[in-house]
Amino acid sequence: MTDLTKSQRFEATVLPHLNSAFNLARWLTRSDHDAEDVVQEAYLKAFKYFERFHGGDGRTWLLAIVRNTFYTHYRQSQEHSRSEQFDEDCHSMEDISAHGAKTAENALQRRDDERMVNRALEKMPIEFREVLVMRELDDLSYRQIADVIGIPIGTVMSRLARGRKLFAGLLAHNGQEA
Amino acid sequence: MDCKKVAELLPAYIDQELGVGELMGIDEHLQNCPDCRREHAAQRDLGAQIKARASYFTAPPHLEARLRASLPKSNAAAPRRWTMQWRAPWLHTGIAMACALVAAWSLGLYVMQPSAQERLAEEIVSDHVRSLQVDHLSDVASTDQHTVKPWFNGKLDFAPPVVDLATQGFPLVGGRLDYLDGHAVAALVYHVRQHPINLYVWPASSHDVASTQTRNGYHLMHWTAQGMNFWAISDCAASDVERFAQGLRVAVNEPT
Repeated sequence: MTDLTKSQRFEATVLPHLNSAFNLARWLTRSDHDAEDVVQEAYLKAFKYFERFHGGDGRTWLLAIVRNTFYTHYRQSQEHSRSEQFDEDCHSMEDISAHGAKTAENALQRRDDERMVNRALEKMPIEFREVLVMRELDDLSYRQIADVIGIPIGTVMSRLARGRKLFAGLLAHNGQEA
Repeated sequence: MDCKKVAELLPAYIDQELGVGELMGIDEHLQNCPDCRREHAAQRDLGAQIKARASYFTAPPHLEARLRASLPKSNAAAPRRWTMQWRAPWLHTGIAMACALVAAWSLGLYVMQPSAQERLAEEIVSDHVRSLQVDHLSDVASTDQHTVKPWFNGKLDFAPPVVDLATQGFPLVGGRLDYLDGHAVAALVYHVRQHPINLYVWPASSHDVASTQTRNGYHLMHWTAQGMNFWAISDCAASDVERFAQGLRVAVNEPT
């Protein structure tokens, strides 16, 4: 009977956030296949530890597990296979913002806007990419993002600010390449 | 506010995460400072670009199926291997009896259709869960009963009793409109030790005896008083829900 309740509660509080979980995992792993694996593993973990969830925000709780799952098992292997780490020396902030805003604007007029936005976001360093994805794509509040990552709200804010600038730079950079 | 401070707070300003004081400070600064205005527009547009153009990856349908399959199914007993031989003659009698039992049981299920009260309780559980899921607990967030009560004016054709039970450990945190059992209802939100309590109130046509029940891990309590239906639901301890209901009944009968 308690088991039945657990399953039903899990289905009501955690299962509905599958899309959020997948979207975050997909942006972290940058691969459909890996994202599915991360999400599945995260859900099994979430069910196993569901007793520790005492009400509150099911989505935040699940996203924190998705993120931990990714960082524990997937990140290291990914780092080696495809490192597209942002090189801050080559793309200094001043450099970027100087012609960034204008070029970014023009580039975005093109037909492949979406592809370029996605590419720029994919190239972002992961700690900025994840806050931008949670904020802009999943509409999480600063509080919720802070809870998922386990950082103060002030850090969420500064990462978002920095992330948006980096994003502008990458977009401008891609625009020049294209 | 100076440019440095504004630059620091701009992201939170754009994401509507600031308090009224800081908000007004930045509003004022932006009106007078073209540089910060440009910076504000640039940052806001970048966020909007991502929101509008970056892909939101929804989970493929087979993933949900795979997840559901991999989660333990608690309501179905583990399938047992049927290793017995069909030759045993008594087995036929056994199977016939089992069939009869199943038939009788399903007839029982048919007779035991959920009552209106039970359906309502189920509706309340789903509504409670939904109000937490979508992060939409309150339309009017206030701990002041004199703010929450007038908020319902003109939104409902009745005046729900709104009382604060902070002194008894159940602070009022807000209210919202909701829809239950074919009525617009008042939903009042209280807290007890970080657990939200939803209290649904709407006019009653009959007088019901107070009842408690537990569904999906949530405790529900229902009673009628002063011509109103009351349903309280929370995931806190059952005793807390009862204490809450008790405190509320006293307070509603003796309005301050």
